[in-house]
Amino acid sequence: MASVGIGVIVIVVLFVLPALYVIAVYNSLVTLRNELDNSWAQIDVQLKRRHDLIPNLVETVKGYAAHERETLEKVIQARNMAVAAKTPAQAAEAENLLTGALKSLFAVSEAYPDLKANQNFLALQEELTSTENKIAFARQFFNDRTMTYNTRIQQFPANIVAGMFRFAKREFFEVREEAVREAPKVSFK
Amino acid sequence: MWEQIRANQRRSALLITLMGGLLALMGYALGEVGFGPGAGLIGLAVALIIFLVQLAIYYAAAESVLLAGMGARELSRDDMPRLFNIVEEMKLASGLPFMPKVYLIDNPSPNAFAIGRKPETSAVAVTSGLLYRLNRDELQGVIAHEIAHLKNRDTHFMTLAGVMLGSIIMLSELTWRMLRYGGFRAGSRSRSRSGSSSGQAQLIILLVAVVVAILGPIVAQILYFATSRKREFLADACAAQYTRYPEGLASALERIAATPSRLVVSKAVAPMFIVNPLSGARGETSSLFSTHPPTFERVCILRSMAGAGLGDYEAAYRAVRGGGLIGGASLKAAPIVTPRAASGEGPIESRPETRMAIQRLAGYVSVPCACGMEARVPEGFEGDSVRCPRCGSPNPIPGAVAAGVAAQAGADTGRQEAPLEFLRRGGSWETFRCGCGASIQLSPSFCGARVRCGRCGRHINVKQAA
Repeated sequence: MASVGIGVIVIVVLFVLPALYVIAVYNSLVTLRNELDNSWAQIDVQLKRRHDLIPNLVETVKGYAAHERETLEKVIQARNMAVAAKTPAQAAEAENLLTGALKSLFAVSEAYPDLKANQNFLALQEELTSTENKIAFARQFFNDRTMTYNTRIQQFPANIVAGMFRFAKREFFEVREEAVREAPKVSFK
Repeated sequence: MWEQIRANQRRSALLITLMGGLLALMGYALGEVGFGPGAGLIGLAVALIIFLVQLAIYYAAAESVLLAGMGARELSRDDMPRLFNIVEEMKLASGLPFMPKVYLIDNPSPNAFAIGRKPETSAVAVTSGLLYRLNRDELQGVIAHEIAHLKNRDTHFMTLAGVMLGSIIMLSELTWRMLRYGGFRAGSRSRSRSGSSSGQAQLIILLVAVVVAILGPIVAQILYFATSRKREFLADACAAQYTRYPEGLASALERIAATPSRLVVSKAVAPMFIVNPLSGARGETSSLFSTHPPTFERVCILRSMAGAGLGDYEAAYRAVRGGGLIGGASLKAAPIVTPRAASGEGPIESRPETRMAIQRLAGYVSVPCACGMEARVPEGFEGDSVRCPRCGSPNPIPGAVAAGVAAQAGADTGRQEAPLEFLRRGGSWETFRCGCGASIQLSPSFCGARVRCGRCGRHINVKQAA
């Protein structure tokens, strides 16, 4: 009887416990990965929203500031590039361009009081500003989750399970913060 | 992983267990006192029944009842797009899997709270005073704090604990009453057992029961409020992490605390507010029975944060109060974050804008006059025109009129009545009255061809003025 008992214990320790551990780690990794995919989807929704808002904005601005053609064209170009982007890295690049182009468009619009008084323009401006914020906050959450996920699949002993089931490392959604890096331009006139 | 902080989960489990134990003990004491010695189990059953009934009442009186009690009105995106945007931004920052509803309370005291056991009924409510007193960064901090309450499931646990607390207080009162009036003890039984030794044992049990009845509610309240205060700190920590801008929440807290509160709320919902609405202006000290930590301490911690992450909050908390707040496991997983710069945006709504939004929500119809003045007429107003308060000339109240001569087609049922028609004047907010008298609002972004009256269900065609 005693030998049977020892046999059972050996089997449990050697096979059942590791199997349970692998199941637990695998499930937690799947949860993390799905969460990551979902948070990427959240960013995507906001990016799409921005792409949809831009034609409206351009139309509105055209009515008041038609000769700011260059600025408007830059915005449209950046938008089309962003729409065509495939990978997160490409998207990040294009979205950076778009953010910059929009910033200059809003800067230009400061010179047109009629435009600034247009209800439609104001609503669009608020929507776009907030969409920018939403992208930033969704990205912030996405990057936090990416870090957690990457750390988790690289740490021992979870990395063994991650390797077994091919949980790949994910890339961050980076944004170059030009405004921060560039030195402030001062001009003496 | 809905809940962010593991230490929080442990703490709530402990709280619920302790409160449950206390509830059982109180029930037992009630049985011993009220139903005679040895009847502790009956008391236990009574305690359970009281708890379940209270829980059922709480579940039946859903969030909407509580909100209606405070005069809160649900907002749609069109009513206040900027407020909605801020809530959505914070929803994204926190990774909350659902969008809470947004409510507005017409009250000049700035305050906000979160409520909800389930995702579908979760809501964030702000007062009108908050909207015009705080700038965008500050409001964002406040909303982040409320979203953190939802994310950490504080709304869930604190209401459950609140129900337990209520039951414990009720049991204690019941025990006192029974002590005074002798309870349900059968006279014959107590007399037959009055041997000297068993009498002494009875007396001891009775004494213990009395002590439990006195101390029970006090201990329960101390437990409850201690947890409530911890969760306020945690929500602050999360808010700083979500916004990456601790200063926003800090200055919002200062501003809220500097304004005397004129909110009338029940004690049950007080812990859910960002600053306790029941305490006077800045007259708060830390006591065992306060729902919120003193505001100056919260501000102090937020201002002494080096970064904007949970780890920075923990360090600041240790420096200001001593002792730890966030468990090691969550701290290790927390990313290092640096604070962002201020956005520099002003209040999201001005005072008149906020008032107009509230009147719109209350069903007021605005009647512009040629002199530039605008009269606002409440929903129940009788008559078709109103005199301008400035120049005195009568102005017709804009209402939907029957389209063409098809009016005679109106059969008995409301749906078959001829469609009404309303001519839009411009691109701003417009309010008009349906044939049944209900007022209908159109937002500036409304571009549909028709609306349906919320009261009579009639369709109203909307025509754009060329």
